[in-house]
Amino acid sequence: MSDHHGHDHHHATGIKRWLFTTNHKDIGTMYLVFSLVMFLTGGLMAMAIRAELMYPGLQLLDPNFFNQMTTIHGLIMVFGAVMPAFVGLANWMIPLMIGAPDMALPRLNNWSFWILPFAFSLLIYALIQSMLGHGSAPNFGWTFYAPLSTKYGPPSTDFFIFSVHMMGISSIMGAINIIVTIFNLRAPGMTMMKLPLFVWTWLITPYLLIAGMPVLAGTVTMMLMDRHFGTSFFDAAGGGDPVLFQHVFWFFGHPEVYIMILPSFGIVSAIIPTFARKPLFGYASMVYATASIAFLSFVVWAHHMFTTGLPLAGSLFFMYMTMLIAVPTGVKVFNWVATLWRGSITFEVPMLFSLAFVVLFTIGGLSGLMLAIAPADQQYQDTYFVVAHFHYVLVTGAIFGIFAGVYYWIPKWTGVMFNEAIAKAHFWCSLVTVNLLFFPMHFVGLAGMPRRIPDYSTQFADFNFWISIGGFGFGLSQLLFVWMLWKACQQRQGIKASNQVWEGAEGLEWTLPSPTPYHTFETPPLIK
Amino acid sequence: MRLGSKCLQLLSLLAISSFAFAQTQFDMTPGVTNISHEIYGLHRLMFNWCIGIGVVVFGVMFYSILRHRKSVGHQAAHFHESTLVEIIWTIIPFVILIGMAIPATKTLIAMNDTSKSALTIKITGSQWKWHYDYLEYNDNNKVNVGFLSQLSTPRNQIEVPIRKAGLFPSGIGAHTENTAAPQKDAHYLLEVDRPLVLPTGKKIRFLITSDDVIHSWWVPALAIKRDAVPGFVNEVWALIPAGKEGTYRGQCAELCGKDHGFMPIVIEAKSETDFAQWLKDQEAIAQHEAAEAANSVTAKFSKEELMEEGQENYLANCAMCHQPGGTGLPPAIPALSGSKIANGPVALHIETVLNGRNQMPKFKGVLSPKVLASIITYERNAWANHTGDLVQPSDIVNNK
Ligand code: HEC
Ligand SMILES: [Cu+2]
Repeated sequence: MSDHHGHDHHHATGIKRWLFTTNHKDIGTMYLVFSLVMFLTGGLMAMAIRAELMYPGLQLLDPNFFNQMTTIHGLIMVFGAVMPAFVGLANWMIPLMIGAPDMALPRLNNWSFWILPFAFSLLIYALIQSMLGHGSAPNFGWTFYAPLSTKYGPPSTDFFIFSVHMMGISSIMGAINIIVTIFNLRAPGMTMMKLPLFVWTWLITPYLLIAGMPVLAGTVTMMLMDRHFGTSFFDAAGGGDPVLFQHVFWFFGHPEVYIMILPSFGIVSAIIPTFARKPLFGYASMVYATASIAFLSFVVWAHHMFTTGLPLAGSLFFMYMTMLIAVPTGVKVFNWVATLWRGSITFEVPMLFSLAFVVLFTIGGLSGLMLAIAPADQQYQDTYFVVAHFHYVLVTGAIFGIFAGVYYWIPKWTGVMFNEAIAKAHFWCSLVTVNLLFFPMHFVGLAGMPRRIPDYSTQFADFNFWISIGGFGFGLSQLLFVWMLWKACQQRQGIKASNQVWEGAEGLEWTLPSPTPYHTFETPPLIK
Repeated sequence: MRLGSKCLQLLSLLAISSFAFAQTQFDMTPGVTNISHEIYGLHRLMFNWCIGIGVVVFGVMFYSILRHRKSVGHQAAHFHESTLVEIIWTIIPFVILIGMAIPATKTLIAMNDTSKSALTIKITGSQWKWHYDYLEYNDNNKVNVGFLSQLSTPRNQIEVPIRKAGLFPSGIGAHTENTAAPQKDAHYLLEVDRPLVLPTGKKIRFLITSDDVIHSWWVPALAIKRDAVPGFVNEVWALIPAGKEGTYRGQCAELCGKDHGFMPIVIEAKSETDFAQWLKDQEAIAQHEAAEAANSVTAKFSKEELMEEGQENYLANCAMCHQPGGTGLPPAIPALSGSKIANGPVALHIETVLNGRNQMPKFKGVLSPKVLASIITYERNAWANHTGDLVQPSDIVNNK
């Protein structure tokens, strides 16, 4: 037995380092890189969609291929870009924030990452086959409603089902790992009510995952049974019900949207106090608000189904519950604004993204409140108004939150400051184009343009032209982000970052050297 | 130089397109029914609240961003909670929400009351057309009028050949050969061959269902959007007030496959007397057609007649899936040109079309024997198929 102190000179190099690593920082990095690749891939699909919709008429894409684009774009962005980015940030930051040496279940951690590339290869393989003229990739929207996805789904639906199963396994393992880590590996003195809010939001999110993902797995399994084994879960002809599909799907799907926003709440709650140089306002109410949002997210699912013919009592219940979510969400926004109030604010790039987050996420939240009103929803449902709403909460919400987090912590990861000029250009270009892209969608939606159509009547032409311009602009702006990352990873370039990095930053992660050593907190720090 | 002129072109294009904003609609339509007005009112109420909340929250935020910045020398305060403030800003939104919930609840209850209707129409969605059946009108509970309604915009207006088999090989341009893109109709993609005719001043009950996947029947002016779910029937109602005769348009709102974007709805609202007259005419026509169909079963048609009609009927009913050239869209939709069925035994061909198969819809009872006879004759003698077979309406009827 050689004497082994856990020094960092034992780890493998080259590809083996990444394949077999159990280090939370390596795994976090892999998650983040994977999510960036997926973000750019999904973005290309969005640009194909916008290219087709730039002018009325069918110019570029066959309608069936258009449907494949919207489907795979949605699946990739939700499961491949946003969720892995959050898990990557969690992997990197949670141990550093709670003073733990690593995640509690490091081998599980490795596995939950390495499932993902296979899951998405399967999905993208179907798309590549389709582009080569062999069959069709999944073409039923990321919500894959039955019977369009069962009886009428293309053969590649089975790939899709398998792929969703793998993503689910990965998410559940990741979720368990995070919960176990937070409960067991906190440094002495790090009590629950001292946890940074990012950790709190990432303690609540995994419960949503653990409750939601198995339901999704059940849904796709029922699809598989209906497709191949003669069952009729979703087929009225055999005593089933297509609307049952929507109930089970949205029982997963609604918590899912909170899975994609809660960690961003946590990131922004870390960044705003730093650059306002003032402690977060209402820490305890933030925690309770997050928990109430998580709880309510399980009793609002049918607000996606107001037009399916729910009974009156059902519509009323789901309308009231959905409206109620506005209260804790409002509390959060008010708390952020109160944190800014009478601070000493500076506008570094993480702060710019966070401020944009607060404003634009709130716009998405307000349109969400409008969508909660069941009678009005019957006009909004399945139009571009909905598309505008969920892109405000997911792009300018979740993804801006992720950008903010990356800019905030990247000097800690690499040890050098990022190139501020490129980062600022990334922010301003993104901000302008994202609004050109998504804001007019409210108008076309209200004027009556349904979503998921490859061609539209000429009255929508003007807005769609501008929306497409915004779309291409936003897509191109992300190349600035890639450039910034590229430069930041060239370790020698840039100004060396101090340990604290940002003047107002507080928390355990800022007590560590920049860049963070491969192993940290091998002996737990003491928190007073 | 080249680049400069391109930029100029783009700029003038932008200028033209922003000029055209004058006719662009920004907001939800108030519609024509009481319910649609109520919904529009709710929408405005919510919208105004949202603007109000936005102004207050963002106002405070921007004030703070302007005044409380480090660069103007502002020192940070240290407060970080206030139970009173936190309770206030939990309760105020709650009260506002109650103010919103009350009118919303009233409207929702009104929307659900489908009793006491004068006219009942069954609407069936099927890939990618609507089937309308008039079931009851006043005391007549055996109205026997029904028809299909589908997109009438010509294909050559839709398919604009920017590319031919270029970027995406499975794309549409691979099949199209047309070159000049014609001017688009005023109601491009929102026009149908046969509109749904409705009376004004009468409460109408719609029974909505589907033959295949889920569709959603949406007419903004009536504020009705209701899913057509296969195997289930959803009920909604509308009352178009007298004096609001006119044309109202909508489209399918639930992704239903390839041609989901090409499934419009057109309503023609007629005054009560005009409607009664129209319905009478339609009933007479239906009777006449039934009689003619009965006759035509025994009648024999020439090959030229059948082929000519067959091509027309094929393009109207089958080409959206099997393509005008009979090439299909493999592998989902088989080619008919050279297919085993279209060149094999006639009986099996007829039986496939009558009863459908997997995703192939059934056409028994949907199209008349004469139309089917013409289509099948056409399919067996068009493209690469040269069976020489003649299919008469009697063959369709006798196929068991
Ligand atoms: C909604 C799309 C759709 C429409 C509309 C449609 N078909 Fe089909 N058709 C299909 C599909 C899909 C199949 C393959 C069915 C299977 O899986 O066996 C098919 C199969 C067929 C076949 C058998 C071909 C073979 O070689 O196996 C015939 C014949 C046929 N259709 C005729 C027609 C006729 C005639 C019409 C118009 C009256 C029509 N179809 C309209 C989708 C359609
Ligand atoms: Cu449809």
